[in-house]
Amino acid sequence: MKYNDVILQTVTKFISFLIFLFAIYIFFNGHQEPGGGFIGGLMTSAALVLLLLAFDMETVRRAMPIDYKTMIAIGLVFGVGTGVGSFFFSTPFLSQTFGYFHFPVLGELELTTTLAFDLGVYLTVVGATMTIIQTIGEDK
Amino acid sequence: MSNWLILPVLIPLIAGIVALFFPKRVTAQRIWAFITSLILIGVNVFLLTYILANGIMTLELGGWEAPFGIVLVGDSLAVLLTTTTSLVTLPIIYFSFSTIGVGREKYYYYSFIQFLIAGVSGAFLTGDIFNLFVCFEVLLLASYALIGHGSTKTQLKESFNYVIVNVVSSAFFVIGVAYLYAVTGTLNMAQLSQRVSETGAEPIITVIAILFLIVFGLKGALFPLYFWLPGSYSVPPTAIGAIFAALLTKVGIYSIFRTYSIIFNEDTAVTHTILLVLSAVTMIIGVIGAIAYRDVKLILVYNVIVAVGFILFGVASLNSDAFVGAIYYLLHDIVIKAALFLIIGALITAAGTSKLSGMGGIIKHHPLLTWMFFISALALAGVPPLGGFPGKLMLVVGGAEAGHYIVVAVMMIASLLVLFSVIRIFLQGFLGEPKLTHAEQHGSIKAQMPPIVFLVALSVFMGIGAEVMYPFVESAAQTLINPQAYIEAVLGGEA
Repeated sequence: MKYNDVILQTVTKFISFLIFLFAIYIFFNGHQEPGGGFIGGLMTSAALVLLLLAFDMETVRRAMPIDYKTMIAIGLVFGVGTGVGSFFFSTPFLSQTFGYFHFPVLGELELTTTLAFDLGVYLTVVGATMTIIQTIGEDK
Repeated sequence: MSNWLILPVLIPLIAGIVALFFPKRVTAQRIWAFITSLILIGVNVFLLTYILANGIMTLELGGWEAPFGIVLVGDSLAVLLTTTTSLVTLPIIYFSFSTIGVGREKYYYYSFIQFLIAGVSGAFLTGDIFNLFVCFEVLLLASYALIGHGSTKTQLKESFNYVIVNVVSSAFFVIGVAYLYAVTGTLNMAQLSQRVSETGAEPIITVIAILFLIVFGLKGALFPLYFWLPGSYSVPPTAIGAIFAALLTKVGIYSIFRTYSIIFNEDTAVTHTILLVLSAVTMIIGVIGAIAYRDVKLILVYNVIVAVGFILFGVASLNSDAFVGAIYYLLHDIVIKAALFLIIGALITAAGTSKLSGMGGIIKHHPLLTWMFFISALALAGVPPLGGFPGKLMLVVGGAEAGHYIVVAVMMIASLLVLFSVIRIFLQGFLGEPKLTHAEQHGSIKAQMPPIVFLVALSVFMGIGAEVMYPFVESAAQTLINPQAYIEAVLGGEA
């Protein structure tokens, strides 16, 4: 049986980018407002899953040749790394700090070390979710 | 300096993460796992001596003050346990090199072991009961992966039971934590100890205590909640079984130990009597299983259950001698269970079967393995001057002091039967008529001997070197008997 998925594929090409963008927005919105790495990561995986549904694994893999298992590891490095930083500044483990920086175009922004930790969470969540889904979805 | 306290958790965590980057390079994986566990031992030993010299060490994570933030509390008990953990991890990792198989090693085996150790160390060190739950989850997730690692049919069957049991008990754990928070308004163990002793023997506290006993009893394989253990500890490969038997039930026992000494110490007529009865029944059930089975792996697994009874008997007796005994026995049991599991693993490799009836005369080709088994069998049963003796002696003294003569008698009989159950393996399996000619020997066990010798030597040292160990154990017991020092270390002088 052959499905006709022209509509799904066409819509997905458009929608998935919106989801990606919103995920990034939610990710940066975290810390003081609702959002953050976990929910941002889940949304990103939702976009990826939509791509997997609309196309197939091979196509998506060719478009984005990412090893999600390594992604988990990189995420964990970010997460633990922000904690380890406190060894060099002799503050208690997992201490956080923040500062205000001036960016071109964007203007004055608050940056915290928690952001690096959150990036770790983001990568780990995307990596773990996609590893699970690929493992379940793949035929042997 | 106080940041050092996170290292027993951080080192295995980082080691595990780094190992994720090169899963297919087996040699590099082995070397990395070996080196990091060596470093872990060094750090733990350093922390242990530091704490004995300078008293309890605390670390407020992220700089959030106790009782609002999460604290790690390094008292002698916690650091003794993390040290022993690291000391058994190294030989088990070494044992894995030759037994676990390249297929498993390529699928993140060492990373999972390291994450398991991180969770176990975290559970020992944390001073916050919710954080204890988190550490339990960390070690459980790693253990779920390990128990099914390699996906053999029996492993998958047993891992299913194992996961269900633990998910249920984790749910109860969170419920217990919620009750505790609703009643006392805190989750910091030091403050819990303070608040519970202020309110006195409220019935609701007793109920929560029982709920926690169910939760930790499930993890620690206390009667009647041990049913999942024989299956799930006997199906995975030896190295994984060894690390489970050495560490996982111990975390449950440690949690009962900690909560029943510093928090739930008001209505002891109810809580500790229940604990006493359950520990006695656990000894009996365990020893019946150990005698009844003819499969060497199962004999050993039931001996894990007997030890749970012994240690919790010390907790239930609630006096300083019994606590010293229980801590000593707990530490020794971690070492000796790891040793026995590895020996049995080597025995099964040599004999080609785990059925006692199918083996015999192993001594002819493997004399060293035989004598290692003989020593550890005696140490397990507590024959002086080997490692099991000081702990058992103090348990008997403490139990008699508390007036629990019947349970002391049960314990003595159980000890004899434990000796019988393992000596039977010795007589039938190692001595007896050789069943196999040299040509039929299944595989060489030369590579498996160094870790076994190391663990047995460690066990012997714990017996002969009891003088060296005693001050550490004594100070650990004192913190539990008299939580004031613990409270002051965590909450500051005004407590």
